[in-house]
Amino acid sequence: MGRLFNHPLAAPALIALIVIACGFGLGSNFYLRVAALVWISALAAIGLNLLMGFAGQVSLGHAGFFGIGAYAVAVGPNVLPVSPLLALVLGIALAAVIAYLVGRPILKLKGHYLAVATLGFGILVYMVLSNESGLTGGPDGMPVSRATLFGWRLKGVDTWYWITGGVLVVGAWVAVNLVRSPTGRALRALHDSEVAARVVGVDVARYKLVAFVVSAVYTALAGGLLALFNGFITPDVAGFMHSIEFVVMVVLGGMGSIVGSLVGAAILIALPQALSAFQEYEHLALGLILMVFMIFLRKGIVPSLVALAGRGR
Amino acid sequence: MTALSVRDIGISFGGVKAVDSVSFDVEEGSIFSIIGPNGAGKTTLFNLISGVYLPKAGTVSLFGEDVTGVAPNRLVARGLSRTFQNLQIFFRMTVAENVMVGRHLKEARGIVPHLLSLPSVVRQNRDSRTEAIRLLDRIGLAGRADDLAANLPYGELKRLEIARALATEPKILLLDEPAAGCNPKETEDIERLIEAIAADGVTVVLVEHDMRLVMRISNRLHVLDYGKTLASGTAEDVRTNPEVIKAYLGTHGAEEAARARR
Repeated sequence: MGRLFNHPLAAPALIALIVIACGFGLGSNFYLRVAALVWISALAAIGLNLLMGFAGQVSLGHAGFFGIGAYAVAVGPNVLPVSPLLALVLGIALAAVIAYLVGRPILKLKGHYLAVATLGFGILVYMVLSNESGLTGGPDGMPVSRATLFGWRLKGVDTWYWITGGVLVVGAWVAVNLVRSPTGRALRALHDSEVAARVVGVDVARYKLVAFVVSAVYTALAGGLLALFNGFITPDVAGFMHSIEFVVMVVLGGMGSIVGSLVGAAILIALPQALSAFQEYEHLALGLILMVFMIFLRKGIVPSLVALAGRGR
Repeated sequence: MTALSVRDIGISFGGVKAVDSVSFDVEEGSIFSIIGPNGAGKTTLFNLISGVYLPKAGTVSLFGEDVTGVAPNRLVARGLSRTFQNLQIFFRMTVAENVMVGRHLKEARGIVPHLLSLPSVVRQNRDSRTEAIRLLDRIGLAGRADDLAANLPYGELKRLEIARALATEPKILLLDEPAAGCNPKETEDIERLIEAIAADGVTVVLVEHDMRLVMRISNRLHVLDYGKTLASGTAEDVRTNPEVIKAYLGTHGAEEAARARR
């Protein structure tokens, strides 16, 4: 059992099973739609987890990268002769470049100071998106043109369910590869002791930047997928609350756990739907559930449950 | 050949001269110890040599090349690594992974192959692990390779730091109190390990409080007090130096000792 958990393909395989099971098990379009939103958020959460859970660097502005990915898809085809899918690729590249330029100065900061600097970056992106009404439609948002792949229009909830689920599985596989590579070991090392990582040869500044750029790429990809899936986008996707939601997904599901990021995303996306029966008490109930989870599973859901299962053996 | 040469090095913190104009040379392949009372500036000196602190004055050279102010991760490529007095272990990683991080500069570091887990990366991971297990075997921890480092007792973690530093294949190894907090048996293990490392041709610079250990294994010693050089020489030179006796026993203690001898 322990050996199975430790296999490099365990997390992506488990996530693939979940995606396939839900794809055939969830009957209605409503549930498939919620599930696709979970896969998209989980992709962003995995990206943020690489930065927070593995490299130990906090970001309260990752929705900024999500917004860059989403708006690149929405705005790109209007201003450049590109298809929405090419615009997605360009948006991801843009997010990577911006992450590199922003990360270089601010990753010198630590802890709370880094948190505030990333927060500022997120707010900046949000302000630009909501104020440049000529391009982005301002606070009211803008429509996104349909993507086509080899002449085939990508539409319908089930199509997007399988696209987002597939991308999530690949994203989880890539993340696991990274974590288990020399780069991943360098990131986890600098998380525990920067000075010890340096004296065995790790260029700490470079690896923090690597983690920041990779996580920005994941998040921008997720943002672009949401824009294509939704067909409409507002600046709120880049908002502060959205950044906080990503952090909650990572911490709740478990820092340093790829499957945990999916669990965290599922709870934050699906639970409000389930709790809508409580009507005005919905947010109250959600808040209480989050607190109870963190009090009793303080290392996050997945790592805590794995530890409990290990003790039971 | 001189492996490490320190010339007139100094640094102050808030007006206090933590290390003041210290100079010494370490012969290649020898064991060189830096001793002195608590707060004498031994660890600060290590931080200056290993690039963790930038010296305010003076120079550091490795094998004749000036490396003053070179970042720690670049010094590793030039053959210098170190351990820490207060444990700096990667607690969330396994014992083997801790040592594998020490292979960092020996591994290909392109990001894209890592993301895709190409066969070359898989092969390299296996090689790094093999080397890590070999080093763990040397410090008697091969059986705990896949345990989380956080679950190891203190004495084993001190040895794990040495194994991690050895994984960088250093030519000079700085050991900051490797036997601190260890029981007599563990101290004996560390002593044998240090001698074996030196026998392999690695130059060892040691900060240590266990005088029995230091006097037994050091080729030369350097004594610091209040950041300044107090004495330098062989174990016998240092043991009989009146200044050293005074610093260790205190002025009053030295007078007492002198009176007792009369």
